[in-house]
Amino acid sequence: MSAIHGIDGLDDWELVVGLEVHCELATATKLFCGCPNQFGDDPNTNVCPVCLGLPGSLPVLNHQAVELAMRIGRALNCTVHPSVFARKNYFYPDMPKDYQVSQYDQPINADGWLDLPDGSRIGITRAHLEEDTGKNTHAGGSGRIHGADYSLIDYNRAGVPLVEIVSEPDVRSPEQARTYVAELRTILLAIGASDAKMEEGSMRVDANVSVRPHGQAAFGTRCEIKNLNSLRSLVRAIEYEARRQVDLLGTGERIHQETRHWDEEAGRTRAGRSKEEAEDYRYFQEPDLVPVAPGADWLARVEAALPVLPAARRETLAGAAGLAATHPGVVMAVDRGLDDLARGAIAAGADPVRVLTHVEHNLAVEGAETLGAAALAELVGMETGGALTATQAKTVLADMVATGRGPAEIAAERGFEAMDTGALEAIVDEAIAANASEWADYVAASAAGDDKRLKKLTGFFTGKIMQASKGQADGRAVNELLTRKRDGAA
Amino acid sequence: MSDAPPPVALTRDEVAHVAALAKLAVTPEELDTYTGQLAAILDHAADIAGLDLDGVAPTAHPLPLVNVLRADEVRATLDRDEVLAAAPATEDHRFRVPAILGEEP
Repeated sequence: MSAIHGIDGLDDWELVVGLEVHCELATATKLFCGCPNQFGDDPNTNVCPVCLGLPGSLPVLNHQAVELAMRIGRALNCTVHPSVFARKNYFYPDMPKDYQVSQYDQPINADGWLDLPDGSRIGITRAHLEEDTGKNTHAGGSGRIHGADYSLIDYNRAGVPLVEIVSEPDVRSPEQARTYVAELRTILLAIGASDAKMEEGSMRVDANVSVRPHGQAAFGTRCEIKNLNSLRSLVRAIEYEARRQVDLLGTGERIHQETRHWDEEAGRTRAGRSKEEAEDYRYFQEPDLVPVAPGADWLARVEAALPVLPAARRETLAGAAGLAATHPGVVMAVDRGLDDLARGAIAAGADPVRVLTHVEHNLAVEGAETLGAAALAELVGMETGGALTATQAKTVLADMVATGRGPAEIAAERGFEAMDTGALEAIVDEAIAANASEWADYVAASAAGDDKRLKKLTGFFTGKIMQASKGQADGRAVNELLTRKRDGAA
Repeated sequence: MSDAPPPVALTRDEVAHVAALAKLAVTPEELDTYTGQLAAILDHAADIAGLDLDGVAPTAHPLPLVNVLRADEVRATLDRDEVLAAAPATEDHRFRVPAILGEEP
């Protein structure tokens, strides 16, 4: 009996997901013309006869776009092939030419894979080059496509280089889909191929979702889910869609192969057009462009210039820290590009777990990469040596990032000193005396094993003691003292 | 491929379908004419399908060229006012187009 992993109540069903990720390439110019590739510029300022599809204009391929596409291909273990461009014909005002130049039967990259931090492997079918479309804003009516009175179009994005990365249908849970996209994003950033911002649309994800009875070899009918603007949307949409399909099949209905749009606010997917009739794009080879066939020397240069990829960096850091490569602190350190810093601090003798705790929880800030490994090691040393509490260390670390000064100087200036045990005990005793009925309650809850009540009362006393000590008390020491007093009182 | 199936005769319905995809309004008489003309072109292409072409790479382009590339350098763009002046309707420096009934591809 196997439920869909991560979704309650879908026993006996298996989820099958394939992902299509579009990423805008970090080039200076568009794919086929010299217009700036720049997000957020004034509408229709980055346009020319080529990207406006004016008669007589001809496309010329951007060298750097090919280079970045090859980088993506090799980072995803794909084979780089000689490739050709094709016209994808459709009538929609986001492309003034009435076709989008893409790659169809001969993509530049094919047959790769991506290993996830959890050890699973997702196949990469292909990663091909294509141009982005213009941006429509639907005006009037509801603001959505349906019911819009008219649309306004900005062609700044038309012709921006994209690589579309298509996975095999290897993903089996919403969480695995999230991990795949997050890992892909980390790789794209590491190799400098894209800024991969889902919120700005420079990385866009479509999910092909189907379900099948556990143990069935044939795939179920799939639906393509679009409009997934965040990792959270991706997870929620896949969960919703899996339930919708299982519910339909459970009542004897069939799934219609179609495009569905995720509505984040309503928390549901809605049917778009039906696939069968609309998918007739009449692809044919683009006569205005010649094939791209990168030679062995170009490919070798691209491979030699690839940086160490996140999976290998996690292994290195995990080895240095004596932790698993799947440890959240290790994953986060690589994700934030702070693994060199963490390794440096650990090499300088700092406690690995404390270092990674700071990276995971306290260094999601601008400027964290400017922090020196020696300074971080010194801070962690003060913390483990008892000179700073965890809370104080967090404050000092924030100052270090903001000002670039050393931890000892900041701690002294803020008057952070470890509170000696005698002084702390006096504060604890005062807190107990001033709140006698709560203390009696605490002792009783403890004796009764009422964990919920005990937790609440522990929080109450810790708060009082922290307040009295002006935040200088160490949380762990407070807890130990409370326990000792309770044992004495019982 | 030499083992390609023999060509299937082009039907009038297929021509009507392709015309609809290309947003072409075609009269019944024109449909008959084009079905005949297009069928003749496809028959000609079928002659090639009948040859033994194993080991012959498909021609991607008539020119013997690959890797025609340009440097990733910004070039002058068009003046926006000039561009928008050519459009039937504009609003907020954007092209204004009628309501879109279908969905984005």
